[in-house]
Amino acid sequence: MNKARHPLSAKANFRRLFETALYCVLWLCAVVCIFVTAAIIFVLLTESVFGLGENIAFFQKVSLKNFLLDTEWAPQYGEGKFGILPLFVGTLWVTGIAALIGLPVGLASAIYLSEYASPTARSLIKPLLEILAGIPTVVYGYFALIFVTPLLIKPFGALLGIQANTFNALSGGIVVGIMIIPMVTSLSEDVLRAVPRGLREAGYALGATRLDVSVKIVLPAALSGILASFLLAVSRALGETMAVTIAVGIQPRLSWNPFETMCTMTANIASMSSGDSSTGSIEYRSIYAVALSLFVITFALNIFSQFILNRYREVYN
Amino acid sequence: MELKTFEHLMQNRPELPEQVGHGQPGRQAADVAPTMKVETRNLDFFYGQLQALFGISIAMRARSVTALIGPSGCGKSTYLRTLNRMNDIAEGTRLTGEVLVDGESIYDPQVDVVELRKKVGMVFQKSNPFPKSIFDNIAFGPRIGGERNRAKLEEIVVRSLHQAALWDEVKDRLHASALALSGGQQQRLCIARTLATSPEVILMDEPASALDPASTARIEDLIFELKKNYTIIIVTHNMQQAARVSDYTAFFYQGRLIEFGATKALFTTPKEKQTEDYITGRFG
Repeated sequence: MNKARHPLSAKANFRRLFETALYCVLWLCAVVCIFVTAAIIFVLLTESVFGLGENIAFFQKVSLKNFLLDTEWAPQYGEGKFGILPLFVGTLWVTGIAALIGLPVGLASAIYLSEYASPTARSLIKPLLEILAGIPTVVYGYFALIFVTPLLIKPFGALLGIQANTFNALSGGIVVGIMIIPMVTSLSEDVLRAVPRGLREAGYALGATRLDVSVKIVLPAALSGILASFLLAVSRALGETMAVTIAVGIQPRLSWNPFETMCTMTANIASMSSGDSSTGSIEYRSIYAVALSLFVITFALNIFSQFILNRYREVYN
Repeated sequence: MELKTFEHLMQNRPELPEQVGHGQPGRQAADVAPTMKVETRNLDFFYGQLQALFGISIAMRARSVTALIGPSGCGKSTYLRTLNRMNDIAEGTRLTGEVLVDGESIYDPQVDVVELRKKVGMVFQKSNPFPKSIFDNIAFGPRIGGERNRAKLEEIVVRSLHQAALWDEVKDRLHASALALSGGQQQRLCIARTLATSPEVILMDEPASALDPASTARIEDLIFELKKNYTIIIVTHNMQQAARVSDYTAFFYQGRLIEFGATKALFTTPKEKQTEDYITGRFG
């Protein structure tokens, strides 16, 4: 091998070292989140599926069948009942109502901002939306408790002949829905505005109305980004804790009546961890099982939306 | 593509009178005394405070090709876009004077801009197919116009593709994405899409400027074919192209119309000094 130094290599070694170091730093930053995710999964699994050393994991005490099929969640009484269904249904109620409110309103306001609003209107509304996004979730919780429930839910329930509870799933769903509006709006608006101007002009030149252009050209072209924003918003609704703990309550109850007090998976975790169950007890371990379930749901949602995206998206260039 | 001299090009062009009679027989009477399809009178146009057009008056004949030429920023594209009110989309634009299509003022408050744009179609500089299938691209216009009948839509799609000389290349993949087509094919698809709404006037904003010479030649052949039935107004940067495809030429400079006349006359014996300087390549 020829070891003679190439005349052009004078500074190359230092530069190459610098490039390599830079590459490593950037790589490290990029993989931090992968490490964190892996660590979280590790903790969830060791606490709930297989115990490390002396520890007994949750599912070594409670069978998966009982966990999934039992209709009661009552860890403190006697042997303890660990059926996740009531918690799951509570979460489903809140997330479902939130999605029903937040997604259409968020998307509609994104379409308004991107396709209809004058620059003046946009410059007024966008900061307002950001304020909405900046309100602490605990405030939303009390907003539900002292405004939404007495002024909206109770009269509405009375109208239907239903006695609404002070803590109820409906009010929680509504405020979480409001909470995710800014998220859907700002993410969707970004993707709508990224649709090339040429496509809109082509539509207008063919005699399309503003509605035609928005719904039949811009929306399909931006569909993948919009679905991504929906997914993020639903994940946020699933994971929302503080507001629903206050608004929905912490009484696990398998119910088809959204005017009743319930408990979501997240609210259950929050109340259990701040309660009086001792570390290492089965009640304590149960929160990891619930967290793992939440993780599985979010993960499944991700996979599902990826599938939808690959199927239906329209790519523009 | 071999370079042809201007004289050569002019010799091979069919003269205007030969065009008479290509339309429906019933229209022949009108063709003898040529009708003015599109006309502007004393048109001023403003972007906010900035005046882009100054008193433009041009009358364009039915079933002819009118080329708008001039250096960048001279207002020719702005002028083109006033003819189907595409400038309405931009904020803060203002217009005075008159734009007439078939003798009707298109800026009249009673005019439905949607109907106007179906009658006055437009092809853009950068081909802009929707990210949909070839079929859905062309069926878009008829569909938003309310056409739901599948057989009727198919008929329109096939006819438009034939007219745009694209049928043979895409007939086996009508349901493939339009974005898989080459640049020249995409532009002909956009022309087919415009034809599908059965316009009477077609505005073309530098339709071939982003295309290679072979694709450009195909577009020009197409323009030649289309002018038998449509009134075409084309903005072009390419003087040879203006000479090849157009019957009339308007030369714009700094927002003003410097000269308008038969293409042959304007290119061989320009009346204005500025026109001569521009077409001989002394500036622009």
